[in-house]
Order: sequence, then C-alpha cells, then structure tokens
Amino acid sequence: MATQQIEIILSRQMADCLSIPVFIVDTKGNLLFYNEPAEELLGLRFEETGFMPVEEWSVIFKPQNEKGELLPHVSLPLVQTLIHKIPSHGQFWVNNLKGEMHKISVTSYPIIGRPKRFIGAVALFWKSD
Amino acid sequence: MNIKIWGCRGSIPSPGPEKSIYGSNTSCIQVTDGNNCIILDGGSGIQRLSESLPKNITHIDLLLTHLHLDHIIGLGFFQPFYNPKMTINIWGPAAAYVSLKQRLRRYFSPPLFPIRLSELPCKGEIFEIHNSTFRIGDFKITSEYICHPGPTVGYRLQLGKAVFTYIPDHEPALGSSDFPHNQEWTSGFKLARGADILMQDAQYKNEDYKNRIGWGHSSMENAIDFGELSGVKKLLLFHHDPMHTDEQLMELYKKNTQNRKLSIEVELAEEGKSYNI
Ligand SMILES: [Zn+2]
Ligand SMILES: [Zn+2]
Repeated sequence: MATQQIEIILSRQMADCLSIPVFIVDTKGNLLFYNEPAEELLGLRFEETGFMPVEEWSVIFKPQNEKGELLPHVSLPLVQTLIHKIPSHGQFWVNNLKGEMHKISVTSYPIIGRPKRFIGAVALFWKSD
Repeated sequence: MNIKIWGCRGSIPSPGPEKSIYGSNTSCIQVTDGNNCIILDGGSGIQRLSESLPKNITHIDLLLTHLHLDHIIGLGFFQPFYNPKMTINIWGPAAAYVSLKQRLRRYFSPPLFPIRLSELPCKGEIFEIHNSTFRIGDFKITSEYICHPGPTVGYRLQLGKAVFTYIPDHEPALGSSDFPHNQEWTSGFKLARGADILMQDAQYKNEDYKNRIGWGHSSMENAIDFGELSGVKKLLLFHHDPMHTDEQLMELYKKNTQNRKLSIEVELAEEGKSYNI
C-alpha cells in the first residue's frame, strides 16, 4: 500500500472543507484525491474510485474549446504545472453529466515540500458561468 | 537494541515530587547496540544521559525530530560536545530556506547560550534529512515529515527484525482523512507500521484536545487509536503534559484503557525505564 506524504494529506484536508472543486495529483498526474464538488464535475465518487491513474481519469475528463473541440492535454494548466513545476491558470469548457457545456477556470499550483521536494499538484476549478 | 528513556515530559521540564514516577525531563531517548550510540532529541533528559556514557565512547549520533525548545534545551549541557576527541554527528529536518546549522546557531549563541556552535571542541557533521533513509552502523533509519508545526520528522529505527518508532510530537488526527480508519492517509503511519515499540505523543486529555486542534499534539485517546491503526506491538504514551502529575497520568491512562478492548500493549512512558527489542 502506498502511503501519502504529509503535504498531500494536509492538501486533502484543505480540499475536503472547500466548496469549490479541487483535484490533487501526484507528480505523474495520477489522481490522488478529488473533493465532493469535484465529484460533480467528474460524475464519479472518490469513495468508489479511490486513486485513479492519469490514463483513466484524463479520458473521463474532456476539456474543450468554445467550439466543442477537444483540447490537447499539454495545453491544460494542471499539465503545465506538472511539467514546469510552476503555478498556472487557464479556461476551457467541459460537459456536465446532462451534456450541458460549462465554462471553467482552473488555477493549479505545484506542491513543493521542504526542502524543495516536488510532490504533486493541486487544481482548483471555478465555474465561470 | 536497547532503548532507554531519559526524558518523556512535553513542553517544559517540570520537576516536582508529584512527578517522581513518570519524570519531569523533556524528550530524550538513548538507543544502543554494541558500539552504536544513537540519541533521539536533546531535551533536558540529555544532561543525565551524558553522565552515564562509558568513558571510552568516541562516537555518538544525535537525531533531532525538530527544534522546538523542549527537544533541544539540554544540548548545551551535553558534556560530549566539549570533548575534542569525540565525534558527534547531528541529524535533523531540513527547512525550506534556513539550514539546520543556522537554526541550531540560534540556540548556541548569546543571549540564549554563552558558547557558540562553532566554539564546541568536538568533531562531527550536521546532516539535513527529510523523507530519507540512511544507515548508522547496522541500524536502518527512516525519517519522514509528520503533522506538527514547523519542520518536524519522526524516526523509524530498524535493527535486524526489531523496529522502534519515535514520534514524540505528533497530531495524527489532524494529519489524516477519516482518522483513525485510513492507514494510507494518516501522518506517521509509514513510520509506525508494525513497530515493536512506538513512542507517540499523548499529551492532552481528550476533552482538552478539542480546544487545541492544530497545536501539534495528540490526545491520549487518539494516540491509542494511532497505535492500533499502525498495528504496533507496544505503544508508549509519550510527551506528558507538564501540568499532569503521576496520579493524574495514571487516572488518564485508566480512563482511556479500561473500557476498550485493546489490540496492542499500551503503557505510559516512564523516565529511567529501558526496553530490549
Ligand atoms: Zn515537544
Ligand atoms: Zn514540538
């Protein structure tokens, strides 16, 4: 069993009490945790899925431009954060479970523990409309 | 390995006749095996420890969990520091910017202490560790950041099959999702898993903890929960509150153990006591 590092555990504690969707990933983009508001976006429950490999959740979550065209993963803020270990911000559209398009803003930042240990990243989602 | 408790009081040395059983010196543990001498934390207990060392000892490893005063207050009175023939390696947690050496200098310098770190005649090196694995003699040692304010690690010392885990200041209920039911998501679990002996923070009465969440310490109940979650053989309740007398500690222990079916051995840590594992 993988055990989580304290920085990830405390990030989850924080996410757990927020009413905006939060995703927490490891350095490879595997989904370690998503909170209740994020369950709405994904249409999945963390209690049921637990950890999700990047290949699995990136297929479920389909960010698009305003014309409904799928965006390449590398253009997404969270992916930018993972590649460059820097904060990132961006906007895109996703379909909710009813098939309706929603404009979303995303702010992502790297989790860098002491002493400069890159551990993963957090993505906060804001509904723009 | 032999494990001896030289101090298990939390926060501040608090001597008095009402604490003659569990002791009043702050955190200090000595672990020995053959020629290896490992000291965990430099609380006030280290002063008596230094008087007990064999005359021919030339090498000591000092492992600090963190630099809160109760864990370093005895360092200036640790006699081997003043012996030029002695080698003392100091291991402690890395911070984000300030080096361990610089942080130790804050204690070893006026006005807090008359002698500077650089003036200590002993030899030795300072090692910064984080989520690390390293060796001292035949000991395999794992350190990991745990839930406590400021850079703080716990230690897991393994010698052959014997495992001793030391997490004197630790708030696992805060550093956990769904405490105490989720091993993967609980601070310190990796260090404590299956240990023969776990020393774990148990400073507060359960009712007091409610008003002290985030202070970095654990209630006695949560300490027992953490010991059980980690499947240790023996849990030693550690970092006793300086306000708690022997009598109160015994009462607290009774209250927390008598009405629950324990899957592990639980004892109050007691200054002067030693264990062989
Ligand atoms: Zn302490
Ligand atoms: Zn402390």
